[in-house]
Amino acid sequence: MTRLAGVVVVATLLLAGIAAAAAPPDAADLEAELVCPVCETTLDQSNAPVAERMKAFIRARIAAGASEQEIKDALVAQFGTEVLAKPPEGGFGLLAWLLPLAAVVVGAVVVGLLIRSWSRRRGPPPAADEHLDPQLERLVDEELARFDS
Amino acid sequence: MASRARLVAQGVAIGLVALLFILLAWSLLNDDGGDLAKQANRGDRPTAPDFTLERLDRDGELELSSLRGKAVVLNLWASWCIPCKDEAPYLEQVWRSRRDDGVVVVGLDAKDFRSDARRFADRFDLTFPLVYDGPGHTLDGYNATGFPETFVIDREGRVVAAFAGAVNGEVERARLASAIDEALST
Repeated sequence: MTRLAGVVVVATLLLAGIAAAAAPPDAADLEAELVCPVCETTLDQSNAPVAERMKAFIRARIAAGASEQEIKDALVAQFGTEVLAKPPEGGFGLLAWLLPLAAVVVGAVVVGLLIRSWSRRRGPPPAADEHLDPQLERLVDEELARFDS
Repeated sequence: MASRARLVAQGVAIGLVALLFILLAWSLLNDDGGDLAKQANRGDRPTAPDFTLERLDRDGELELSSLRGKAVVLNLWASWCIPCKDEAPYLEQVWRSRRDDGVVVVGLDAKDFRSDARRFADRFDLTFPLVYDGPGHTLDGYNATGFPETFVIDREGRVVAAFAGAVNGEVERARLASAIDEALST
């Protein structure tokens, strides 16, 4: 019984995966991931003539059965990688992903070093049991006695 | 010692900010159209940025510098640009009437689909050399702000005149003819 339930779950997941892969790409999603080469905003935010032409191209390619990647590749072949809202995760485009991470790491190291340096510069706090100079202690006692009287 | 170092750091930071303000003010005060078109129209004759781009009208590439010795009318256009449609027949006319004088009209199609650009060329029966720059990288070198723009380049590769917008009116066409003569005379 348990084995049967496992088979059903696996089969359902596989079928869902196949259905998702076979589903045509969504034009709205693609328009949010591609950039108008003239106004440099995503296509869904642009009504420039070339953006409208690109939207029509996307719809035509979807109707023709092209995958999301095929449509993106076709537009990159026309307009270059600048047409992608997200830089490619490889080659020179990888820098756009790695540089912010590197900046965060470098920033954390710098902050850490600064905190360490500041905490050292302050020096140790005065010891709690440190005794006053006997002469000073006597003077304080006298002052306090005079204040009480 | 620490407070002295802090003072020095603050001084350096204030100095840098002051320097940035001075640079900003200098660039604003000297903004006399440092771009290529304004330099050309002032008579400075800046060098036309070279490019090598794929041909739209046939196989292969075209290198701008290979046209040295000729006057070049470089027209930046796109098929979706409405004024470009009005201008295209006139540029074809210029090409046909002046090519024997040593004039080459080059159409640089940018930020466009190749197929659309070819349809545009067929529609207007364009026979002058056409090149394609989909991403439009070449436009940066020419400081192009829109379509169409036209640059007249002399025999030595220097920009003699620039036209922002279509060369359609009588005044602009007369200016273009005069610029071509000037480009040929060098």
